[in-house]
Amino acid sequence: MSKNDRFVRFDNVDKSYDGKELVVKGLNLDIAEGEFVTMLGPSGSGKTTCLMMLAGFETPTNGQIYLDNNVISNIPPHKRGIGMVFQNYALFPHMTVYENLAFPLRVRKIPKDEADKKVDKALSMVSLQGFEARMPMQLSGGQQQRVAVARSLVFDPQLVLMDEPLGALDKNLRESMQYEIKHIHESIGVTVVYVTHDQTEALTMSNRIAVFNDGKVQQLSSPDELYERPVNSFVAEFIGENNTFGGEIIDVSGQKCKVKLNSGAEIFANPIVAKSKGEKTTVSLRPERAIIDPQTSMDNNHKGKIEEVIYHGDHTRLRVDLLGNKEFILKIPNSSSGMGVKEGKEINIGWNSTDCRALDPK
Amino acid sequence: MSKEQILSSDGIPLEQSLKKAERKNKLKAVLLVAPLFLFILIIYVFPIGDMLFRSVDDRMITKMLPKTFIAIENWDGQDLPDEPVYKGLYEDLKFLKENKTYGKIIARLNYEKSGFSSLIKKTVRKISKFDEGNYKEQFIEVHKRWGQSEYLIALKNAAPNWSYAKYLKGVDMKFDQDRNIVLVEEDRRIYKILWMRTLNVAFWVTIFCFILAYPISHLLATLPMKYSNLLMICVLLPFWTSLLVRTSSWMVLLQQQGPINDLIVWLGLAADDSRPELMYNVIGTFVAMTQILLPFMVLPLYSVMKTISPSLMRAGKSLGGTPLVSFLKIYFPLTIPGIGAGCLLVFILAIGYYITPALVGGASGSLISNTIAYHMKSSLDWAFASALGTMLLVGVLAIYWVYNKLVGIDNIKLG
Repeated sequence: MSKNDRFVRFDNVDKSYDGKELVVKGLNLDIAEGEFVTMLGPSGSGKTTCLMMLAGFETPTNGQIYLDNNVISNIPPHKRGIGMVFQNYALFPHMTVYENLAFPLRVRKIPKDEADKKVDKALSMVSLQGFEARMPMQLSGGQQQRVAVARSLVFDPQLVLMDEPLGALDKNLRESMQYEIKHIHESIGVTVVYVTHDQTEALTMSNRIAVFNDGKVQQLSSPDELYERPVNSFVAEFIGENNTFGGEIIDVSGQKCKVKLNSGAEIFANPIVAKSKGEKTTVSLRPERAIIDPQTSMDNNHKGKIEEVIYHGDHTRLRVDLLGNKEFILKIPNSSSGMGVKEGKEINIGWNSTDCRALDPK
Repeated sequence: MSKEQILSSDGIPLEQSLKKAERKNKLKAVLLVAPLFLFILIIYVFPIGDMLFRSVDDRMITKMLPKTFIAIENWDGQDLPDEPVYKGLYEDLKFLKENKTYGKIIARLNYEKSGFSSLIKKTVRKISKFDEGNYKEQFIEVHKRWGQSEYLIALKNAAPNWSYAKYLKGVDMKFDQDRNIVLVEEDRRIYKILWMRTLNVAFWVTIFCFILAYPISHLLATLPMKYSNLLMICVLLPFWTSLLVRTSSWMVLLQQQGPINDLIVWLGLAADDSRPELMYNVIGTFVAMTQILLPFMVLPLYSVMKTISPSLMRAGKSLGGTPLVSFLKIYFPLTIPGIGAGCLLVFILAIGYYITPALVGGASGSLISNTIAYHMKSSLDWAFASALGTMLLVGVLAIYWVYNKLVGIDNIKLG
């Protein structure tokens, strides 16, 4: 059986709640079978709305959504056969864990012994065997979350939607649940559409990430691609840490361009969005790509003054005044030798023009 | 292992020093609660105790005829009693006549057995002319009923200080002259009808309130704030209006020449000369009470529904439950605490409702509370009114108990 590359397909979907503003604008998105796709974006960017349209709780104002090549706009939610994990778990508080898991099987009139097996399998998947008789209130947040995940998978749906499922958990638990969900996805091969506003969560778990802003997908690509090669300033800003310089391109030659910054200094950058001479641009550089006192030669080399030293345990952050940007962040690993960094000290900072991307102006 | 006593840092046992530290707070708490406690005691507990007491208190007649009752105690109730009983009766009645307070015992004894009224009145009139000694003959001479043992048995039956005769009366029963509990004559059995009507009205008003309130509460709980506030005001507005005003406006609406009847005639459902009676019967009671008690159902339901996350219904649907199944298996069970609270509240209020049935109920729509009021204000049979009140109270407590057994009182939610 060949995998369907367009298992879920948003075809030019618009959504408006009040008839005045579009929450989702002309969305096109294809999700392949078995893929783990995360919709990532700030709140109000339309990502949850997309999920709700897919689940059937909202109808698209315009455009079509296809599931396995079938239009699903007119199918009510209970007939779509899509599993869903909600932000606040949405476990039925008056039912035991077993009854919660058996609910989707019971409404499908699956015989009891078969249902028991499925419930058992789903619970073992989230390592919660023996919790069948508990009420949801008697479980911790993490356990409730696992029950919710198990419930969304117990009836073997082809597609599972997760709406910020880990938002209510503390940091450690959230991390271990991320791995757990990822492993479950890998072992059963279900298609997952995951919504979050937490970028590390998205980077850890997904095959591909769709970055939402302003009702549109800004970039849809794999986590490393997204981090290393953001296509615009919003993505660069939103994913990971980012140093920016505003300026204007004064010269382009192949894969290199010269940017005259607002402070007057000139740097070399990689023309991505802004490609021609005279264009305004925002140059983006990841903090870990800038190096203090580089040993190898780098095509950008400038002096900066340390404004602030912030100790972070495994690494130290320096806030540097560099080329008119007082918010320039540098990361240095916490090695035993120490770098002798001090506030007010002048340092040499170097980076390669390929890591320094000239994007659209902010 | 011996348990070592834990000491706080200054050497005092920990338990003791904790108590000392908490004492001030405890005192403050008690002082804060004290006014309410006293208020409840004076306004609530004491009157209820008094009501319970009055309903069984039958000491009045014992106090008024003390000598008679002492003498009659030894009588076996077979043949006519001996002289001491009549002597006691003579002395008691004479005393009562001198103080002009014999009126009360006439009513009380006549309740025990009809015929006592004329008997006592006639006897009292002539009692000052009695000679000393041989009272038995003189009594029988004044009225031959003094020679009939049934009257004297009735008198003996009135002797105990405490009596539950009023409770028997409340369920259409009485003592016959041999102290057996029997039903009253068929044409005098009115209380059973009254109780059944009261329960019936309370039950159906609860059901109607529930049917009307459930969708409204759901709407209130799910609408956006802007609209739900307005709707809430619509629900509460009648609540803030005087009960009397609301009931009177129902009288305006429901009367035979009123707008509702006009509408019925206009729609051709009834001829103009045979307009249906919507008031002064059970219909009026149903309609007005349902409307008046509706907020008591809406508010608990609303507050419970407000706490049910909309994502639960969504979860139900996404898991494959049709909207109906999701509602029945998920939403409805979660609203049961609110349903319980609302139904209990409305039922208990309805069962003792007074003003509305009094104004729009007429004779066939009046309830037990109207009868209690009648006995408080008109017949002045406070003991009977108290007995009916106590029965109502016990009935409500019984319902509460049944509810607790079925649903559990911890499951109740008022907000």
